[in-house]
Amino acid sequence: MTEWLERHIPKMVLAPSFAAVLVFVYGFIAWTAWVSLTRSRLLPKYEIDGLIQYERLFNAPRWDTAMSNLFVFGTLFILISMVLGLMLAILLDQKIRTEGVLRTIYLYPMALSLIVTGTAWKWIMNPGLGLEAMVRGWGFESFTFDWVINPDKAIYAVVIAGVWQASGFVMALFLAGLRGVDGEIIKAAQVDGIPAWRIYTAIIIPSMAPIFLSAFIVLAHLAIKSFDLVIALTGGGPGYATDLPATYMYTMAFSRGDIGQAASSAMVMMGVVFAIIVPYLYSELRAKHD
Amino acid sequence: MTDATLAPATTASRRNWSRFALRWTLFTLLGLFALFYLMPLFVMITTSLKSLEEIRTGSLIAFPREVTFDAWRTAWSEACTGIQCEGLRPFFWNSVVIAVPAVAISTMLGAANGYVIAQWRFRGANLIFSLMLFGCFIPFQVVLLPMARMLGLMGLAGSIPGLIFVHVIYGIGFTTLFFRNFYVTIPQDLVKAAKVDGAGFFRIFWSIFLPLSLPIIVVTVIWQFTQIWNDFLFGVSFSQAGTQPVTVALNNIVNSTTGVKEYNVDMAAAIIAALPTLLVYAVAGKYFIRGLTAGSVKG
Repeated sequence: MTEWLERHIPKMVLAPSFAAVLVFVYGFIAWTAWVSLTRSRLLPKYEIDGLIQYERLFNAPRWDTAMSNLFVFGTLFILISMVLGLMLAILLDQKIRTEGVLRTIYLYPMALSLIVTGTAWKWIMNPGLGLEAMVRGWGFESFTFDWVINPDKAIYAVVIAGVWQASGFVMALFLAGLRGVDGEIIKAAQVDGIPAWRIYTAIIIPSMAPIFLSAFIVLAHLAIKSFDLVIALTGGGPGYATDLPATYMYTMAFSRGDIGQAASSAMVMMGVVFAIIVPYLYSELRAKHD
Repeated sequence: MTDATLAPATTASRRNWSRFALRWTLFTLLGLFALFYLMPLFVMITTSLKSLEEIRTGSLIAFPREVTFDAWRTAWSEACTGIQCEGLRPFFWNSVVIAVPAVAISTMLGAANGYVIAQWRFRGANLIFSLMLFGCFIPFQVVLLPMARMLGLMGLAGSIPGLIFVHVIYGIGFTTLFFRNFYVTIPQDLVKAAKVDGAGFFRIFWSIFLPLSLPIIVVTVIWQFTQIWNDFLFGVSFSQAGTQPVTVALNNIVNSTTGVKEYNVDMAAAIIAALPTLLVYAVAGKYFIRGLTAGSVKG
């Protein structure tokens, strides 16, 4: 008996967590997938009725706005954060004595709640009293910076706050990567008289390809899940000009009482995440086996 | 002839000068970026110390002429979050009461799971690990609806135990990942030798693995605390008036439409809500960064 127990204890320790993940992750995904195929409104119904929710979703102008916002926000957020992060990492890698302090400053936004970030930037970008008023006060009377309340520009305001929050983190990733590059190769290139910028573009940056990939994955993941930032900064407005899939899903689930739409939009979000994550995980696992 | 002898000297001084110019540009750029990252924090702090009158008449980045802590007092104990006007204080404590047990439980579970997966491999353990890992990447929107129903069935809807439960469940994936990746670097011969000496599963964990685990415990606790304290999605979905965490209350204060917009109170409230995680970052930033990179690079 004790021997049997001793042999099976590891499994028994792992079992509750594994069961919880099975039910609360995979079971729940199945539930959401099922409900997304029904006519559920305020209460879930369980009779499958085809793809009607997805048809409604893709015909909804508001979902259309949410998806194109995700595309615009995601592209700019990822691109600017990567460029800025790489630049900061290279600048910091020049044997700066104050590196520790600067790194701390660049990275602290990552410790903040996105609600805090959104609240701060909402105040800074407030046209009547924030940056706009400040620059006008310096004598530039025609200066306008009303992005947060301008339906055509509000999504770019979200990009600014998002980049501010995440670019320091990308910097940290790249800096770790730069430090990991083989010093011998760089020394050899320096001896050969190759200019510093060529060493970066031809040797160092190409060797950091895996870090570009992980930075991209993390940022894309953050972009798709973006919810708090939009809620705090623009509330999805003006109107629904800055709606993202996450805010659309939340509105349908908790203020419109449209469970079918909430479920189908959540499934589409998961599809987008998996389209990015699965090839990455797959290649990672394969790399380990090879 | 003269040209030939002079040339090296001039190139050397030119190189010196251009190195100086380059260095100077470098520091200017780094300084400007530091200002960009610090500006919102600076504006938050200075705005929170100004009177409303001074906010209306002064500039965004001006230092306060007269420092007043009224906004802080209001934000802490008087500001309205909807119909309730008790400030952030009760919600700040809600967040503490949610975060502390959720961090403790999910860290302990992660340690046990990581220990099993890394050191007591059995058939299927890798599959289980992959399935748990995968759960880290799902957008939580996909579990919001069924979780709301499940919490209702369990009688935990809108309650603090309910939020603790949710944070534990969706934290297990990451905590297991952290501990597994740490324990996998410890040679398996250690367990074998201990078994020969007659030590069992728990004994080996308590006397060999746990004493080695301090760094990874710190990383995991910091990661989980930051995640849970800063959470908004679960907080806003599964709480009700009175059980909301501080992030939800902050958002309610900022977006409450009654009365005059008090920007200084908003900023004070934002700093109060950010203080615990900022403090953790200031004290243990190294471990925070390690968690961030471990969660992403090795994911």
